[in-house]
Amino acid sequence: MQKQLKFLLWVAVLGLGLAAVSAIALNRGESISAMWFIAAAACIYAIAYRFYAAWIAASVLTVDATRATPAERLDNGRDFIPTNKWVVFGHHFAAIAGPGPLIGPTLAAQFGYLPGTLWILVGAVLGGAVQDMVTLFFSTRRNARSLGQMARDEIGPIGGAAALIGTFMIMIILIAVLGLVVVNAMKHSPWATSTVAATIPIAMLVGFYMRNFRPGRVLEASLLGVALLLLAVVGGGWIDHQPMLRQWFDHEGLSLAWAIIAYGFAAAVVPVWLLLAPRDYLSTFVKLGTVMLLAIAIVILQPQVHMPALTQFTDGSGPIFGGKLFPFVFITIACGAISGFHSLIASGTTPKLLANEGDIRMIGYGAMLLESFVAIMAMIAATVLEPGVFFAINSPAGVVGSEAVDAIAKINSWGFAVTVEQMNQLARDMGESSLFARTGGAPSLAVGMASIFGNAFGKGMLAIWYHFAIMFEAIFILTTLDAGTRVGRFMLQDMLGNIWPKMGQTSWMPSVMLTSGLVVAGWGYFLYIGVIDPNGGVNILWPLFGIANQMLAAIALCVATGILVKSGKFKVAWITGLPLVWLLTVTTSAAWQKIFSDDIRVGFFAAANDLAAKLAAGVLPLEKAAVAPKLIFNQQLDAYLTVFLVVLLWVVVLDMLYVLYRYFSKQPLMPLTEVPYQPTRLLDNWVRD
Amino acid sequence: MTALARLWKKIRHLGHRVRQLSGDDAYEVYVQHHAAFHQASVDAPPLLSRKEFFKYWQDSQWQGVNRCC
Repeated sequence: MQKQLKFLLWVAVLGLGLAAVSAIALNRGESISAMWFIAAAACIYAIAYRFYAAWIAASVLTVDATRATPAERLDNGRDFIPTNKWVVFGHHFAAIAGPGPLIGPTLAAQFGYLPGTLWILVGAVLGGAVQDMVTLFFSTRRNARSLGQMARDEIGPIGGAAALIGTFMIMIILIAVLGLVVVNAMKHSPWATSTVAATIPIAMLVGFYMRNFRPGRVLEASLLGVALLLLAVVGGGWIDHQPMLRQWFDHEGLSLAWAIIAYGFAAAVVPVWLLLAPRDYLSTFVKLGTVMLLAIAIVILQPQVHMPALTQFTDGSGPIFGGKLFPFVFITIACGAISGFHSLIASGTTPKLLANEGDIRMIGYGAMLLESFVAIMAMIAATVLEPGVFFAINSPAGVVGSEAVDAIAKINSWGFAVTVEQMNQLARDMGESSLFARTGGAPSLAVGMASIFGNAFGKGMLAIWYHFAIMFEAIFILTTLDAGTRVGRFMLQDMLGNIWPKMGQTSWMPSVMLTSGLVVAGWGYFLYIGVIDPNGGVNILWPLFGIANQMLAAIALCVATGILVKSGKFKVAWITGLPLVWLLTVTTSAAWQKIFSDDIRVGFFAAANDLAAKLAAGVLPLEKAAVAPKLIFNQQLDAYLTVFLVVLLWVVVLDMLYVLYRYFSKQPLMPLTEVPYQPTRLLDNWVRD
Repeated sequence: MTALARLWKKIRHLGHRVRQLSGDDAYEVYVQHHAAFHQASVDAPPLLSRKEFFKYWQDSQWQGVNRCC
């Protein structure tokens, strides 16, 4: 009887899911309720988790709840600690969910809401969550080894080196593009700039509190910090109304970029306890709180999505970034659907905390579903805006013109209604001087979130909600920036240490200064170019980041597929093999277009040649001619970078295929490095209380 | 047990989880670990103070990739 009831329940979930997906896909009306998105996501996640993930865990990976995990076997009371599964889930989610799933969907909304939404749902369920789960599983079976180590042990030294270089490249591009997003949000906005600036002394105060005043009292220090952050949001509004004070925080993009570069260097050199660790606590609390608040607000308010399902920009003429729906929607939305970066977390801190293999489905697969849900909410927040407003905020001046009247005329010519007065009123409501050409996704997401929060929790505070949302994005972008620069520094020190051992000492100051400087110079260069580029820079950097991130995902899937085949599971190796083939198709064709396309808004070389020809003919306005040589060089550099990434990827793939060939032709292989079985001694439902 | 007591227990349980999640209880976990694993041995490492442990623990948290995009 109960079995039948359960069966009926799942049939109902399936029915509702199908209804919701068809409502989203087939709607051609003026607007559609965001609740359909929530319903579609919830049903798809539930079915995938209950059936697909459970099948993978039980039949493909054969997780064994009686087997001792590294956390138990290597327990050292510090980093290897068997931990309650909900706590591990929280750590894992906080580690994987950064600003990526908020920005990607916002940018991809230029194609309409449908392509991005479907990719977020399908990509997460069949790709991203599977990648995270199998990587976590394989790392758990290998004493929590990292992806690079597993690639070296199971595929070969080339795969290991490729994973290392790939990670380093992603880090550089990711930090540059995130820095650009923050700069664009703070440009000529004294309120946003002063609030973001205030997060630095607040983090330092929290760091000092935890380190010296009340050592180890993480919770009280964080609560104090969050209270101060909220005060900083309100205080920024006060500063904005002081004619004297507001000048100090009213800056051009370029000076803000230099400030971020200087800050990034300082943050990488000072000890972690002073800035990075306390900022991370604050950003984690703010992030979890805001995501929950946004979910509640969407359910209470049930906003209407105004963006059409598909726009005319699927043909590749979009203002936010150039390129057709295929492959660029799959590059633009990486985090939220499938993100290679996650495989570094799933083979890093998380397996050191996992108390039982039985929890791998919930932590690996489940946390990715939650991140995917964050991406869906970002998509909702971007598409509840009137499309005209969305494009006015996100279109760079280089595409629509720098005068408000020109921009409005251009956007109206695309068939999206919006007026100058409407944009001015919106800017006034949000406490900003202008919202035109605020590229990067953060401001439009903040406007979307502010209107959702404002409608759900009181409309009088729109400007405060807007700046709260900006602070929320900026604080964990800066955390990623700090942490990424530091990781990049460690990796560089490690690499240079092979040549000159003294460089490898992480505490030797000259080495710290040099390597931090090199990493900051790397991303600082791309940030600088992004700021001086009249097309906003995001249109170049974000696709590059997407290609790099998907490349890392493909490397992780290569490792997983190789291990599955070597374990004699060729018949089920498609669970990682199919997403791998898809990512190869997407990444390679995107890279191909970025290199060879004749469209100057897509192809790097085409853009460089076009600009060079215009410069030679003397048709560029003076200020554009001044930066043109730098832009030309940068476009060429980006092209070679793309070539490098795609070659790196194919080297790993061929290396993996060679392992498969040796397996099937029964030639000797590197043995599996799985640690032998040891029974767990932890009791059922054990928790460390 | 009354409903109020049950609710109180639930809230305390949740508070406990939040402490675990934030690392607020890391020192207590370490002291327990030290007592369980090192008490009997002759060459046991000395028990660190709260401040010493926190330094050690915080630095070890930031050695690898622990934040993502």
